[in-house]
Amino acid sequence: MSTHPTHNEHHDPEGSKIGMWLFIFTELFLFGGLFLVYAVFRNKYSAEFHHAAEELNAFIGTMNTVVLLVSSMTVAMSVTAIQKGNSKKAIGLLILTVLAALIFMVNKYFEWSHKFEFNLYPGSDVVKGLDHGEILFYGLYYMMTGLHALHVLIGLVLLIIVIVRLKSGRITKDHYSLHENSGLYWHLVDLIWIFLFPLLYLIT
Amino acid sequence: MKNDKHPHISSYNQHITVLLVLLILTFITVAVSGLHFSTFSVGVALIIASVKGATVLTYFMHLKYESLFLKLIVAGVFLVYALVIVLTFTDYLLR
Amino acid sequence: MSSTEKYTHESYLEHKGKYKGLLGWLTSTDHKKIGLMYMYAITVFFLVAALLGLMMRIEKIAPGPTIMDAQTYNGVFTIHGVIMIFIVVIPGLAAVFGNLFLPILIGAKDVAFPKLNLFSWYLFMTGAILGLFSQFVGGDPPDTGWTFYVPYSAESSTNVIWALSAAFILGFASILTGLNFIVTIHRMRAPGMTWFKMPLFPWSLYATAWIQVLATPIVGITLLMVIAERVLNIGFFDPALGGDPVLFQHLFWIYSHPAVYIMILPAMGVVTEIFPTFSQKPVFGYGAIAISSIAIAVVGYFVWGHHMFTSGISYWSRWFFSFLTFIVAVPSAIKVFNWLSTMYGGKISLKPPLLYAISFIFLFLIGGFTGLTLGALATNIHTHDTAFVVAHFHYIIFGGMGFAFFAGIHYWFPKMYGRMYSFRWANIAWGFLFLGFNVLYFPLFIIGLQGMPRRYFDYLPQYQTGHVISTIGAFILIIGIFMMISNLIYARKKGALAGPNPWKGVTLEWKIPSPPPLENFDEIPVITHQPYFFGDTNDED
Repeated sequence: MSTHPTHNEHHDPEGSKIGMWLFIFTELFLFGGLFLVYAVFRNKYSAEFHHAAEELNAFIGTMNTVVLLVSSMTVAMSVTAIQKGNSKKAIGLLILTVLAALIFMVNKYFEWSHKFEFNLYPGSDVVKGLDHGEILFYGLYYMMTGLHALHVLIGLVLLIIVIVRLKSGRITKDHYSLHENSGLYWHLVDLIWIFLFPLLYLIT
Repeated sequence: MKNDKHPHISSYNQHITVLLVLLILTFITVAVSGLHFSTFSVGVALIIASVKGATVLTYFMHLKYESLFLKLIVAGVFLVYALVIVLTFTDYLLR
Repeated sequence: MSSTEKYTHESYLEHKGKYKGLLGWLTSTDHKKIGLMYMYAITVFFLVAALLGLMMRIEKIAPGPTIMDAQTYNGVFTIHGVIMIFIVVIPGLAAVFGNLFLPILIGAKDVAFPKLNLFSWYLFMTGAILGLFSQFVGGDPPDTGWTFYVPYSAESSTNVIWALSAAFILGFASILTGLNFIVTIHRMRAPGMTWFKMPLFPWSLYATAWIQVLATPIVGITLLMVIAERVLNIGFFDPALGGDPVLFQHLFWIYSHPAVYIMILPAMGVVTEIFPTFSQKPVFGYGAIAISSIAIAVVGYFVWGHHMFTSGISYWSRWFFSFLTFIVAVPSAIKVFNWLSTMYGGKISLKPPLLYAISFIFLFLIGGFTGLTLGALATNIHTHDTAFVVAHFHYIIFGGMGFAFFAGIHYWFPKMYGRMYSFRWANIAWGFLFLGFNVLYFPLFIIGLQGMPRRYFDYLPQYQTGHVISTIGAFILIIGIFMMISNLIYARKKGALAGPNPWKGVTLEWKIPSPPPLENFDEIPVITHQPYFFGDTNDED
């Protein structure tokens, strides 16, 4: 008969993994609502969406896509590393992932501030003066990439926590659920961008 | 309680290969966007994005090596979402 | 069952963790304590919202202003709806009885993620308090209705953002609870408990949890979009900027219709536990009830347009949503048939839990049938946005989920607290509740059909008789509510001690002490037979 239940007694990596997948589903539906709005208005205002998208810098968008794809690889490799018992390698790969995330955020910062310089933000006089489809395009652009960037930040924090716990030995070859699940979360962030990128940047 | 005694470990080489595939698909997406398919361009972009997405899900997110249950619910989720889009469009396309 | 014995074991209520007193409760990851914390909070909010409802009825006893002005009335029906829907009815059964009994019913010591469970409660409380703040901070209380329709919710100068944020956070709490329950049911069933040996309340919680996970995020993003409309003028729903207000309705109801299945599925699960116990025979059609729960969840996901028949959506859209609305009624009807068949030929014991459960069927049926009137395109035009709708959803939600909650608390009270309440007062309270409920809501069907609009502060004199009767019903109902709660509160401290199985139930919760020990089971049971096995009858499913 045990007295106090310690939560370490209940160790179920498969259950934790299912839990993270379920959480990923909720994130897919969260962004899904925005994609639905995009679909409705793209259908209604295809020419104006096309026109507004020309303002976006497809080069930066492509760079960011590449950066995120690479970061997905490095985080997946870091999970392989810890599964093989190589904490040092796992940490190194995670640091690369974090760097990639930071590059993404810096790019995003330049993109957005460039647009702000031209008064291209929701509610601005410039945007209000545009055609309806263009106004909606910008609304979607900011909300979708903004919400996505927020998730990049959350992922970044998670990955840093994993690095700290790898260093302290709390995450090991036999206990790496947090690491694996954080990796899944990071892949989700990548997955969303894979769809955002062509729909926002490449419809010219 | 089920315990996975020997979880599958993806090799570093597999990860690199997957990245290369994704980068190639990205390159194709960008190149194709330069061509003008007009109404089909959404479709083409989405198809390529879906292939990239499926690749990330299958390999980076390890779905290929996971339980049937997990594979089914991932598929189910995308199916439900697709139906929501279709149903909403029965309004917007047919008004 | 002597009333002077102490418990012979340390129950979860007596267990002292790292902290004592209130802090001990607030830091407890024990699913049973968390369930009780949800229950106490929800009861308080329910009473607040019920009193708000009473105020609405007092206002409506006569045309014109009676005790409040029009603006106040709009604020009252808004917060009444927000509290009842997001704080009481959506979380209600799952967060209270799901937390209290899901692990025990499947033979587990706790849920899959106990710390996440406590975190969900904190999120819930944060959202609930934010909702309250919307009444008192800054400008006027929100007056948009709980449905936050645009364009008004984007334009109203009231504290809409507080309410939207509250609903968002409450939604997040709901998602995490659903996630927790899905993993719990998948991973923590006792050895030998296959899916089809699991009791039916867990089945209903499972179906509900999927809706919580897959529908709630959509309303989450939609509420954020309305905030973006208010703060950033983003334009998605603003025709002046190219947007479409009907798109908001689509997005809102894509969640809010499945939400009503979040409300009713656990309710159906609760009564499904009660009928076999008080008939002393197995559930009729176990498989049908299990699968129909899943069917309701799946089909119910695709009927949202029936809230929008008069909003200008396309003909084919209206046709499809009406068709599916009729289809989704079928699995519910199957359950009703099975509940009645469970009782048929059984050794009926009309104790309070069964009394509430039977009245659940009656009220749910009325709600359900009137749903068909609303689901048919032609009659919907006449009844949409009238008091008919108000009566319909109160029968289904309050008569359904509400009475199922009352049934559940009367069923599981002796297990939760180790004490029994007075049957006499429980039955008297039931009388007031049942009578009051019908006198309050039935007239609304009639005046609704006669043309009385919903959410209207004022009305033509021809509707007054119906309103007066309805208001009288409200008072009777409120008396019943206070009687019921007082009876239970008294029993908590002064009731006769209850043994482990006062109802001769056969599911796992009746095999452990009342109240249960901290980890529920001394040894995890091994399951060998179907869940409603009443001994050596020939009813083995």
